[in-house]
Amino acid sequence: MCGAGRCQVIPAAFDYKRAGSAAEAIALLGEHGEDAKLLAGGHSLLPLMKYRLASPSILIDIGRIADLSYIREDGDNIRIGALTRHRDIEISELLKSQVGLLPEVAGHVGDPQVRHRGTIGGSLAHGDPASDLPSAILALRATLVITGPNGTREVSSDDFFTGFLETAVGPDELLTEIVVRKVPNATFGFQKFNRRAQDWAIVGCSVVVDNGSCGVGLVNMDSRPVRAAGVESAIAGGASATDGAASAADGCEPPTDLNASVEYRQHLARVLVRRALETAGK
Amino acid sequence: MQVTMNINGASQSHDVEPRTLLVHYIRDVCGLTGTNIGCDSSSCGACTIHLNGEAVKSCTVLAVQADGQELTTIEGLAPSAEKLHPMQQAFHECHALQCGYCTPGMVMAAVSFLDEVPNPTERQVREGLEGNLCRCTGYHNIVKAVLQCAAQGGAK
Repeated sequence: MCGAGRCQVIPAAFDYKRAGSAAEAIALLGEHGEDAKLLAGGHSLLPLMKYRLASPSILIDIGRIADLSYIREDGDNIRIGALTRHRDIEISELLKSQVGLLPEVAGHVGDPQVRHRGTIGGSLAHGDPASDLPSAILALRATLVITGPNGTREVSSDDFFTGFLETAVGPDELLTEIVVRKVPNATFGFQKFNRRAQDWAIVGCSVVVDNGSCGVGLVNMDSRPVRAAGVESAIAGGASATDGAASAADGCEPPTDLNASVEYRQHLARVLVRRALETAGK
Repeated sequence: MQVTMNINGASQSHDVEPRTLLVHYIRDVCGLTGTNIGCDSSSCGACTIHLNGEAVKSCTVLAVQADGQELTTIEGLAPSAEKLHPMQQAFHECHALQCGYCTPGMVMAAVSFLDEVPNPTERQVREGLEGNLCRCTGYHNIVKAVLQCAAQGGAK
């Protein structure tokens, strides 16, 4: 569409429905099938639609479902509603005191404007292998709650990311909640290497060390976010940060692109994991 | 789809296509052309406005998502035609613009930033404006202006 002498970058036409509840969103998904996409904050989906990399025929706006935006304690866990914005996670005192890694990582997503709109559930369900939050979700071994027409089911973070832009969320399902275990005494580190402040990570990693156990999540080191299991067991076994990080790229099949070759990404993974381990006091 | 929103204190109501981006609605439908379009890809921040008091990039929000919300654009920032907003005044005094294209977005982002971090360090200002690009690379005076605004009582 061109107007006023200027071409505009806009999505292909679509129908728009606003869901008032999770149940309504799931019913609409069932009605419209794979032609429908869910719209939360829109900061993953709308750019793809503007570039015409995605052209859903209908958008189901779940952004106004207020009861899916919360951060609350539940015994040994913290439950986070899928529509909680990055900004709300970044400044949550509860998360800072109990799961400090999450606000740290949320504060590095995009830029302030993006964090005012983007949601944790939207980011995770988008399944981009280079986005930041999956590294934390994997390192923390979070549980993802998915709601569908037959109720809810829980999926571990290890089983959530299934491929490039693919997750365990089915076509008629909605990611509704992220559950993380409280780790008030854990130390943690997050590292992200990029060329400009707001870029996607060329490689990123989250590390959490708690009472001898260690979790390491990597992004943009494979077609999906992955754990660095070798590093985790080495650190749990008493290895130094340098020795532990040596295996950070093992088993990964990193992409190659204009920003970095496979070998450079493998190098970055080892360096960034070492730095994150050092930040975590290892 | 009919959308109604409050922009700069005035109610706006129009029938729009669902795919209409908020920045195009503001500029082309409401005629408020102070908000600029730079990169069209949520990178540059030229289109930054306030949605319910917080900075957002209006090229990455649909007009239908803003239905029923409160918006402020650069035109709505100054208290009157004679008096600049404190952030605009600080930009003026510190010569915090060169070509001026990024300026409306920079000012809107800076106001939202000071609302969240009232007494920032220089580093915090630079990080707080990471979503806004100045291709004249005039960042030095922009940061100076934000720090001056904070020191002189903030962005209220």
